[in-house]
Parts: sequence; C-alpha cells; structure tokens
Amino acid sequence: MIAFWILALLMIASAVFTVTAKKPVYSVVGLLANFVCLAALYLELQAEFLAVIQIVVYSGAILILFVFVIALLSSGVRPFDVGPNRAPHILYPAIVIAVLALAGMTVSALRTPVAVVQLPVGQTGDANAFGSVGNFGTALFTTNLLPFEVTAFILMVAVIGVVLIAGDEDPTTGVVRRRKRPGAREPIVKSEPTIR
Amino acid sequence: MSSVPIWLIVLIKAIIVLFVVITVFAYSMLAERKVMGWMQLRPGPNRVGPWGLLQPAADAVKMMFKEDLTPETADPLIYRLAPFISLICAMGTFAIIPFSANKDGSLWAVGNVNAGILLVFCMTSIGVYGISLAGWASGSKFPLLGSVRSTAQMISYELAMSMSVIGVLILAGSTALSDIVNAQYRVWFIIPQLVGFVIYLITAIAETNRAPFDLVEAETELVGGFHTEYSGLRFGLFFIAEYLNMITVSCLATLLFLGGWNGPFGLPSFGLLGLLWFIIKAGFFLFFYIWLRSTLPRFRYDRLMAFGWKVLLPVATLNLILTAVAVAVWPTHV
Repeated sequence: MIAFWILALLMIASAVFTVTAKKPVYSVVGLLANFVCLAALYLELQAEFLAVIQIVVYSGAILILFVFVIALLSSGVRPFDVGPNRAPHILYPAIVIAVLALAGMTVSALRTPVAVVQLPVGQTGDANAFGSVGNFGTALFTTNLLPFEVTAFILMVAVIGVVLIAGDEDPTTGVVRRRKRPGAREPIVKSEPTIR
Repeated sequence: MSSVPIWLIVLIKAIIVLFVVITVFAYSMLAERKVMGWMQLRPGPNRVGPWGLLQPAADAVKMMFKEDLTPETADPLIYRLAPFISLICAMGTFAIIPFSANKDGSLWAVGNVNAGILLVFCMTSIGVYGISLAGWASGSKFPLLGSVRSTAQMISYELAMSMSVIGVLILAGSTALSDIVNAQYRVWFIIPQLVGFVIYLITAIAETNRAPFDLVEAETELVGGFHTEYSGLRFGLFFIAEYLNMITVSCLATLLFLGGWNGPFGLPSFGLLGLLWFIIKAGFFLFFYIWLRSTLPRFRYDRLMAFGWKVLLPVATLNLILTAVAVAVWPTHV
C-alpha cells in the first residue's frame, strides 16, 4: 500500500513534468520515469509479464524513437521557440472535464458493491501464477485469440502503409529513395538511406 | 536462517555480487589490454605491479582525480543523468543472473525472477537511454551522431537478439533463467539452437557496442562518439557500464546456450564446482570478445543496418518458426 502511494505520487509528478517541461527531451525523460513507475505498479499487482512488456515496448522501443526524432530535429540543447501560451484557453474546459470525470468515477465506484476478489496469487517462480508469462499466454491464445489476431492484422496494415509511404527500393542498387510527389521540394537534408 | 529478515539476505547478496562484478570488470579491462597487446606483438601494460596487475587500480585513481568537465553547450541536468542511467541498467541485470545452484535447487543469485530473461531485456532497453541522452545532452555534433547511430543500431539488433533467444525459451518452456539452465541438464541448447546461438553472439556484440560493431564511438570518424565530451569519473561510469554489459551478455550466453553451471555431458555439478564451470564458460566469451576486437575491422554503418534487418532478423525468425514446429511435433524431445 505504501508502495502504491509512492508510485502514484511519482507518476503524477513525472506526468506533470512531462507536460510542463520546456525542452522536449526533458518531457521524454519525464515520460520514461512515468513508464518505469507504471511498470513497477504492474509488478506490485503481480502482473509480471505486463510490467516487462510495458518497459520493453513503450520505454524501450517507442519512447527511444521520440529521443531519436528529437535529437535529429533539435540538434542543439536550445529549447524550441515557445509560441504564445495557449493554456488559458483550455484551462477552464480542462478543469470542468477533469471534475466531471472524477465525479463520474466516484459515483460509479460508490454504486459498485465492494468485493474482494481472491486472485490465484502464486509464489515467485510459479509458472502458472496470476499475471505470469504462462498465464498471460494462455489467456491471449485461448479466450482472447480473435482480438489478438485482429490487432496483429491492424498493426501489419500500418507497417505496410509506412513502408509504402516512406519510399521504395531501387532493385539495382538497393538504395531506398523517397518517392517524388508532384510539386514536392527537394529535401534540404539528404535522408540517411538505411534508417527506416 | 529463518530469523534473518529476507531483505538483509538480499542486501548482503547484492553487495557481494556488486564487489565481485566490479572486480571482474577491472580485470577484464586489464585482460583486454594484455590479450590485445599479445595479439599485436607488444607487451601490453606491464609497469604497475607485477605483469601490470595493479593497472586497474591506477586507472581508477586516475579517473577519480581527473577534472570533470561540462561543455558550455551541454544540457547540464541530462548530461549528468545519462551516465547513471547506463550504469544502473548495466548493474541491475546482475540482480537476476544465477551463477550456480546448490544440490537442493536453491540458486546462487540475488533474486530468482519468473520472467528472468525478459527482465534482462528490460534493462538493456532502458540502458539505450544512457547513450542516446548522453550524446544529445553533450551539445556538439560528434556525440550527437554517435548517439543517433547507437540508438538505431541497438533498437535494430535488439529485435534479432530477442528472436534468437525465444527459440531457447520454447525449448525450455520457461522464461526463468534457472529453469532454462535446468532444462539443459543433458543437452546444451547450443546443439539444437546453433543458429540461434550464432545470431545471439553477433547481436550481443552489436548490443554492447563492441568492435566490429563499435560505430557508436568509431574514433576515426566520430572522435569518441557519444562520450567525446565526457571526462573523469563520468566517462569512467560509461566505461564500467560498457564492460558490465559485456559481462552480462557473456553470462547470458552461458546460461542460455552453454548449460550455465552444468558440466559437459550431463556431469552433475553444484555449488562451487558449478560456479567454476560458469566462470570458465563466461570467461571464454569474454576472451572471444577481445579476440574479435583485435581481429576484425569495423563495419560500415549502412552495411551494419542492412545486415541486421535483412540477414539476422529473417534468419532468427525462420529459426524461431522451425523450433516452434519441432517442439509442436515432438513435444517430449527435450
């Protein structure tokens, strides 16, 4: 329980930091801290596999691409030119939405009868404990097979789309070229051919 | 033992592992310089202590007393944070690596985690941040180029590495490192998973940014890559992290493919004997690393990426599919 509160506070703090940080890289570091805390929270809930996937996929793959792009786009440590602050325009709607959401959650939580569900929590090293790799895989490939396959299919479509948009390969040289769109300007910086 | 609280046991184990690992780091560094020296027909470090045995201590003192410079263009916060990310992730993996086991099956490890191998991948995937943030935060072009290279390289090779390891996981039927080692009691996984082993070896070198895949710090083109601006102890942290990663992948190769603390031909080995086997096998991989470094020239960057995506990844995937089919057809062959 103590761990939950510490992690929850850390997560909120890092989320606020992510949103308010002036430099994009600071935001990424904040988000990284947030993800690690979230993974720790999963671990506390015995969802071992989910915690690992949270880190490997989100922190290890997706977030590192953010760093990659930011490093390429803003190759100094100078912050982006900050435009006019748009926060005042959205501040009041945001507060209203947040209060409504909190009220809705509280009402629904109070109306639900409190029931302590006894989960089959196992010892560390037990391959079939709740949230373990074995259990997760079984659930994924039996009860939730169709959603899993559909998600895989959608992701595949996205990947193929990205490859199509990004460019096509010259069969003789193996060099990937950007497709010229009508009226497109020549790129100022030549793109590194192999980083895709 | 029951009267001692568990956190104290874990703490003591962790401290022991920390000291052992740091010592191994210091002497693998010396071994690298010595072995490379012999391979290049020169003596290597031989001034500090007999056969240069005190060289690591001298280096450590030198590192500590060097001035710690921060470039004016650097981002101070992230510049200071990055080496720690690298080192913590490199250190963290040793918490879950089992070095040997007792006869009753209890492990010589700080902790036995069910998702062991996956947790190691977690650590390596966060370790990338150390290098990429360091390059960005240095605020000059060579480190930035180095970090961009390293990010792309490590992400690409991580895929093939995971793919090559999944074959082992299928054979062992578990992600816990102890179960994987126990499953190799009779036959080491290097025999059914030879392809996976070769891919693992190659990708592991790329993951640790070692020659011939050390384009991240290619001194002929990038001065020193991501750590060009670092000096003194902060550079030392990166240095330690690099060697610790090397030791980690050597230990993992031993655990996943060479039967861990099991002796060859199903010879029973527990306790200290198991530890001895483990050290011999992991030491071989460390030597292999040094051997490669003094033998092979550096890859060209586009070749490296093409090799990772067009050769290693498809072969690893094919190996994975074949393994899965074989296990499905002969479920009891392991």
